[in-house]
Amino acid sequence: MRRFLRSGHDPARERLKRDLFQFNKTVEHGFPHQPSALGYSQSLRILAIGTRSGAVKLYGAPGVEFMGLHRETNAVVQIHFLPGQCQLVTLLDDNSLHLWSLKVKGGVSELQEDGSFTLRGPPGAAPSATQITVVLPHSSRELLYLGTESGNVFVVQLPAFRTLEDRTISSDAVLQQLPEEARQRRVFEMVEALQEHPRNPDQVLIGYSRGLIVIWDLRASRVLCHFLSSQQLESVCWQRDGHVIVSCHSDGSYCQWPVSGDAPQPEPLRSCMPYGPFPCKAITKIFWLTTKQGLPFTIFQGGMPRASYGDRHCISVIHDGQQTAFDFTSRVIDFTVLTEADPAAAFDDPCALVVLAEEELVVIDLQAAGWPPVQPPYLASLHCSAITCSHHVSNIPLKLWERIVAAGSQQHTHFSTMEWPIDGGTSLAPAPPQRDLLLTGHEDGTVRFWDASGVCLRLLYKLSTVRVFLTDTDPSDSLNVQGEDEWPPLRKVGSFDPYSDDPRLGIQKIFLCKYSGYLAVAGTAGQVLVLELNDEEAEHSVAQVEADLLQDQEGYRWKGHERLCARPGPVRFEPGFQPFVLVQCQPPAVVTSLALHSEWRLVAFGTSHGFGLFDHQQRRQVFVKCTLHPSDQLALEGPLSRVKSLKKSLRQSFRRIRRSRVSSRKRRPAGPSGENGEAGAPAQARPRPLQGQEGAARPERAGVQSMELAPVQRRIEARSAEDSFTGFVRTLYFADTYLRDSSRHCPSLWAGTNGGTVYAFALRVPPAERRMDEPVRAEQAKEIQLMHRAPVVGILVLDGHNVPLPEPLEVAHDLSKSPDMQGGHQLLVVSEEQFKVFTLPKVSAKLKLKLTALEGSRVRRVSVAHFGSCRAEDYGEHHLAVLTNLGDVQVVSLPLLKPQVRYSCIRREDVSGIASCVFTKYGQGFYLISPSEFERFSLSTKWLVEPRCLVDSAETKSHSRPRNGSGPEKALDRTRNSGSQSDGEERRPGRVMEHALLNDERVLKEIQSTLEGDRGSYGDWRSQRVAVGYSLSNGGAE
Amino acid sequence: MNRSFHKSQTLRFYDCSAVEVKSKFGAEFRRFSLDRHKPGKFEDFYKLVVHTHHISNTDVTIGYADVHGDLLPINNDDNFCKAVSSANPLLRVFIQKREEAEHSSFGAGSLSRRRKALALREDGPRRRAHLHIGLPHDFRPVSSIIDVDILPETHRRVRLYRHGCQKPLGFYIRDGTSVRVAPQGLEKVPGIFISRMVPGGLAESTGLLAVDDEVLEVNGIEVAGKTLDQVTDMMIANSHNLIVTVKPANQRNNVVRGSRASGSSGRSSDSAASRHSLPATPALLPLQPDDADSDDEPDVVLEGVLEPPRPAPRPPVNGAGPASARDGPAHRLLSSLRADPRHSLALPLPPGAVEEHGPAVTL
Repeated sequence: MRRFLRSGHDPARERLKRDLFQFNKTVEHGFPHQPSALGYSQSLRILAIGTRSGAVKLYGAPGVEFMGLHRETNAVVQIHFLPGQCQLVTLLDDNSLHLWSLKVKGGVSELQEDGSFTLRGPPGAAPSATQITVVLPHSSRELLYLGTESGNVFVVQLPAFRTLEDRTISSDAVLQQLPEEARQRRVFEMVEALQEHPRNPDQVLIGYSRGLIVIWDLRASRVLCHFLSSQQLESVCWQRDGHVIVSCHSDGSYCQWPVSGDAPQPEPLRSCMPYGPFPCKAITKIFWLTTKQGLPFTIFQGGMPRASYGDRHCISVIHDGQQTAFDFTSRVIDFTVLTEADPAAAFDDPCALVVLAEEELVVIDLQAAGWPPVQPPYLASLHCSAITCSHHVSNIPLKLWERIVAAGSQQHTHFSTMEWPIDGGTSLAPAPPQRDLLLTGHEDGTVRFWDASGVCLRLLYKLSTVRVFLTDTDPSDSLNVQGEDEWPPLRKVGSFDPYSDDPRLGIQKIFLCKYSGYLAVAGTAGQVLVLELNDEEAEHSVAQVEADLLQDQEGYRWKGHERLCARPGPVRFEPGFQPFVLVQCQPPAVVTSLALHSEWRLVAFGTSHGFGLFDHQQRRQVFVKCTLHPSDQLALEGPLSRVKSLKKSLRQSFRRIRRSRVSSRKRRPAGPSGENGEAGAPAQARPRPLQGQEGAARPERAGVQSMELAPVQRRIEARSAEDSFTGFVRTLYFADTYLRDSSRHCPSLWAGTNGGTVYAFALRVPPAERRMDEPVRAEQAKEIQLMHRAPVVGILVLDGHNVPLPEPLEVAHDLSKSPDMQGGHQLLVVSEEQFKVFTLPKVSAKLKLKLTALEGSRVRRVSVAHFGSCRAEDYGEHHLAVLTNLGDVQVVSLPLLKPQVRYSCIRREDVSGIASCVFTKYGQGFYLISPSEFERFSLSTKWLVEPRCLVDSAETKSHSRPRNGSGPEKALDRTRNSGSQSDGEERRPGRVMEHALLNDERVLKEIQSTLEGDRGSYGDWRSQRVAVGYSLSNGGAE
Repeated sequence: MNRSFHKSQTLRFYDCSAVEVKSKFGAEFRRFSLDRHKPGKFEDFYKLVVHTHHISNTDVTIGYADVHGDLLPINNDDNFCKAVSSANPLLRVFIQKREEAEHSSFGAGSLSRRRKALALREDGPRRRAHLHIGLPHDFRPVSSIIDVDILPETHRRVRLYRHGCQKPLGFYIRDGTSVRVAPQGLEKVPGIFISRMVPGGLAESTGLLAVDDEVLEVNGIEVAGKTLDQVTDMMIANSHNLIVTVKPANQRNNVVRGSRASGSSGRSSDSAASRHSLPATPALLPLQPDDADSDDEPDVVLEGVLEPPRPAPRPPVNGAGPASARDGPAHRLLSSLRADPRHSLALPLPPGAVEEHGPAVTL
C-alpha cells in the first residue's frame, strides 16, 4: 500500500508542493545576441533592440524591460516607434511589418503584437517593387510611409494596415514633375531616405539612392523642391527648424542644402569630406544637431579612409573644433542621438549618443567635457571576454557589498556621472529582498562581480588575475596611448574584447566566502589563487606553492600546456580583492573543483590528477592525494591528447546538427521557403512556388536517407574501472561531521571523482590561539566506491534534523542555527546517475534515487536550495535543485529523495546552456542562452525576480518629468503613483511586511545590519510604505 | 608435469607466478602452490590432491571456490585451468568423497550460503542408467526469458545477468522507425533497435537478442518518447541487471501460448505489432526499480584507511585477477584492490588476510 502512496498521491503534499514550487523564466540579463536593429522613442524615452532571431527587447528606466518574439524567426531589420504612442512597428527581413503595443493589464504594461502586414504590389509586379527599404511613421499617428526598392512610396493606414493606394507616391509621379536634366538616369532607384518636415507634417522628404532628394507636398501631391547630388545617397538629416537638410554619401562626404520654396533646385551650402582627400568609405548615417550655444554637433557613422581605416567601426562626433572618432570593437548596427524631446523646442541640445554595436551598447555623454561613456545599468556585455564559469552567492552582508561596490566605483571613474538618460517607464517590481552577487569567470583571467539582486544585472567590480602572472603581451596598454595623436582622432570605446592574451589565464572555478571576504579563484593552467578583500591599494608579493598531484607516480609525461609563470617580486594591486597565495598544480591541468573554508582557513582544489588541501593561514600545503588510475593515459597526457574524444564529440555534434536540421525542415511549412525563393529573381513568378516546395522537400528526404545509411549507434556497456578520466576530481566539500565515530565530530574534507569514488579525510585544525603554531593535519578516513561508477557531482552532509550543514562562518555570524549535532548525520552523494544517502559515521547505504535508471537523464548540476512557501510565511524546506542533461530542472526532496517537480527548462541540444547553469540558494537559477545573455529562472513561488513595469502613454508624462531630475524624490513619487493605480500593487508589499516580521531568519538579518551600522545606502529610494515592509527584510531602508 | 606442483611451506611468501592452494578435505587442510601460468593437467592435479590428503584409495570429487564464492567443480583440464588462472590470490579447493557428494551443491548459489553443508556434486551423468539433464542451478545463469505469461506473444523480456561475468554486455542500439497500428491506420513512430552484437559478448551468447529487435522497455520503463542517448544511459545504469523487453525481428521463435500452432506465427514485420504493444500495467509491477534493488550491488566502503606502516610491495598488474568481482564484500574488496594498485599503498593487507574478514573491511 505504501508503494502506491509513495509517488505523490498525498493531497496535502500536493497542495504544499503548489505553495513551494513554481517554474518561471523571468528575465534575460545581458546583451541580446546578434542585435540587428535599434529604435528609440523620444517621447517614451524607451530604447528598442531587435535581433536576428526575431526578438524585440524594450528598455527604459532600470527595471523597465519588455520582450516580444515574432512568430517568424526572421531578423528584425528596423524598429520605429509611432510618435507619441506606446506602439512600435518592426520590419523583418521577410518584408513583413509588425505592430506592437504596450498595453496595461492589471496595472502592469505588457508588450504584445497587434498585427502584421506584408506589402503586396499589383499582380505581376516584381517582388522588389514592394521590398520595403524605409519606414516613416507619420506624426498624424495613423499613417505609415513605406519607401521601397522600386522607388515608390506606399502609404498604409494603422492600426489595420490598410493600404491607401490613391496616396502612393510613385517614382513616375515624382519624375514627371522634375526638370529634364534631373529626370535622366534616375529611373528605378530605391528610396533611401524618408523624412517628415520637422515643423510641417504636410511635407515629406524623399531621398533616392542615386542622389536625388525631393521635398514632396502631401496635400498638393507635388514636388516643392529637389536637390541633386553627384554621389550615391546614404542618408539624410533634416534640421530641427526645417531650413537645412544634410545628406551623406557613399564616397564619405556630406552636404548641406538650404530648403526654401523659392529656389526649386538649390546648390549645396557646403560639401565636406571629413576624412578625405583619399578615398573614404560611405557615411551611412548623419545627425546635424543644433545647440543653444550655437555651434552644432555633427555626428556620423563611417566615412573613414578606405585604405588605412576601412576596417574600423567608427562614429565621429564633431563639435566646437573637437573631433573624435569613437572606435568600436564590433560592427556598429545603428546609432541614435538623444535630444530635446519636445518638437517645439528651438534647439536639439543633444545629451547622449547611443550606439548599438554588434556586441554591446555604448552610450556617450555629449554634455560633459571629453565625451565620457555612461555606464549602462543593464544590457551589460557579459561576454566581453568569453564566460568560462559562474558562481552565485545569495544574501551578501551589507558590509561586504559596500566594500565591493566601493572597490568597483574606483574602477569606474572613467564613466560619466550622467544619470542614465534612457529612463522611460516605471518599475513596479518590489525591491529585491536581498543582495545577490553573480560572479562570472572569463577567458582572459578576469572575474566580474554582478549585482544580480534585481532585474538589472549591473557590473559592480572587475577583478583581474593577470597581474600575478608574466604574460607575453604586457605592453599592450601603451599601444593605445600611442594611437592618440594620429589622424583620424580614434578613440577606443566599449568593453568588448574577445581576444585573450593567454588561454591558460581562463578562470574555471570561483568560490567566495561572503562573511570573511576571502575569495578563491582557479584557472585553466592549474593555478589556484586565494584573495582577500582590501580597501586600500597595496603592493606585496604573492606566496607561491607548487602542489605535485602526481606524487610518486612515475613515467608519465604531461603533454598539455605549461604552467603559468608567476611574476617575481612585489606586485601592485588596486583596491579590491588582492591575491596573497598562489598554488600551482603540477601537472598544470585545469582545476576541476574548488572549495574554500574561511573559518578553518583552508582551500581545497582538484584536477584530473588528484586533489590537494592548502592551509592559507600558514601558507602550507596540508596534503595532496593522487586519484589517477594508472591505466588512464588520457588524463596523464593532458588536454592535447584528447584528440580521440574530441573527434568523437565533434562527430556527435555534427550528427546532432544534422538531425536537428532534418527535424527543423520537417517542422517548417513549405510556404515561406517558397516565397524566399521567389524574392531572389524577378519575373516568372508562376512556377516558382512549386519549385520552392520541391526544394524544401528534397533535402528532407535526403536527410532521412542519410540517417538510414549511417545510423547513429550507441554501445551498451557497463562502466569499468579502466575508463578514462576516472580520477578527475568533480567535487570537493568541507564538513564538520562524524567521520570516525559517533561521539566526536571533526572537520573533514570530502572529494568525489569521475569514477564514482568518494574520499573522506579527517582534518585536525588547531584551535584559533594556536592556529599559526601547529600544523593542520589530515588523515584519510574513508573511501567509498560507488558500484555504478558514475561521476560524483555533489556531496552534502545533513545534520540530525536532516538539514544541510550551514556554510562556514554562517553560525558564527548568527545567521543560521547551529547544526544539530545530537542526531545522526547523513551523507548524501549525488552522482550523475543516482542520489544516495548513507549513514555516518559508519557508511551504509540508506536511501537512493536512481534517476538514470528511471528516466534516462543524468545529473548535470545539483545544489541545495531553500524553498519558502508563498502561503505560510515562515515555512520553508530544503531540497535539491537539479539540472539534468536533458535540460530539465527538478526538485528532489531531502532527506527522502522523492522527486517533487520537474520542468523542462533548457533545450537538450543546448549543451553550453546546460553547462553554464548555476543555482542560487533560494531556488532560482541562471544559464546562458547565448554567449552574452543569462536567462534567469525561478523554481520558487516566493523568490521571483521579474520585471513588472508600467509605461504610460506619452500624453500624461511628456512634460511632467524633468529630464535629469534625479534622486529619490522622483522615484518615490513614481512608486506612489503606481501604487494608487492598482489595488493589487498595494497588497503586495503589505504581505511582505508580515512575512518579514514573522520570519526569524529575517529578524536575524536585521540585527546583523544594525550591527553593521549602515543605513539607507541600499534601496533608500523606495517609498515610505514599502520601506516599512522591507526595513526588516534587509535593513537597508529607513 | 609434476614439476609444476611445489609443496609450499612459506605461504606468506608471495610470488607472482605461484598460486597458493588451500585444499580442504573434511576438517583437514593442505596447502601447496601451483604455477599460475603452467598449471599442468587435471589428472596430475587429481593425483597430487589425493596424495597430499593421503586418500589415494578413495574416489573423490574436487571443487573450488571461484571469485564469486560459488562452488564449481574441477573435473577436466579446462575447468582446472580456469580455476588456477582465476585464483585471486588463493585457490580454495574442496574435496569430497564421491558417495557423499550431493547433486545440488555446485552452482551459482553462493558458497558462503552453503558453507556449512559443503557437498560436491559429481559430474558423471554417465554413471546413471538414465539420461540426466543438469539442473539449472548447476550453472550460473547468464540470461533468462521472464514474464512470458504476461507479455504479448510478439514480445520477449530478456534478463541479462552480468554478475561476475567477464564478458562485455556487447550490443549496440540505434534509432529507427517502427510501424504501429493506430486508429487512423498504420503510423510510423520512432523506435530504438538493436543494431549490432559484439561477437562473444553476453548478449550474443544468450541467443535471445538479435540485430533489428526493437527495444520496448528497459527494466520496466518504456522507451517510447526517449532519445537514443537516454535509452543508452538507462541501459548502462541498469547494466548490472539489465532487463530488456524487445519485439524480436524474427518472430518465428516466439513462445506460443495456448493451443495455437507454432507455424502460425511467421516472421513478422514491424507492422505486425499489435495494439497492445506494451503489456498491461500490472505486469510491470514486479519490475519496479525499487524492487530490483535487491539485485543492486552495494558500494564498497573502506573505513579507517590509515597510513601504511611501510610501503608494501606493489602487486603485479598483469591483469590476471578479474577486475570486477561482483558479490561477497570480501571478494569484491579484494578484487578491487587487486585491480587497482593504488589501494595497495593505502591498505597493506597480506594476501591471506582477506580470508579472515579482517576489521579493515566492513559493509
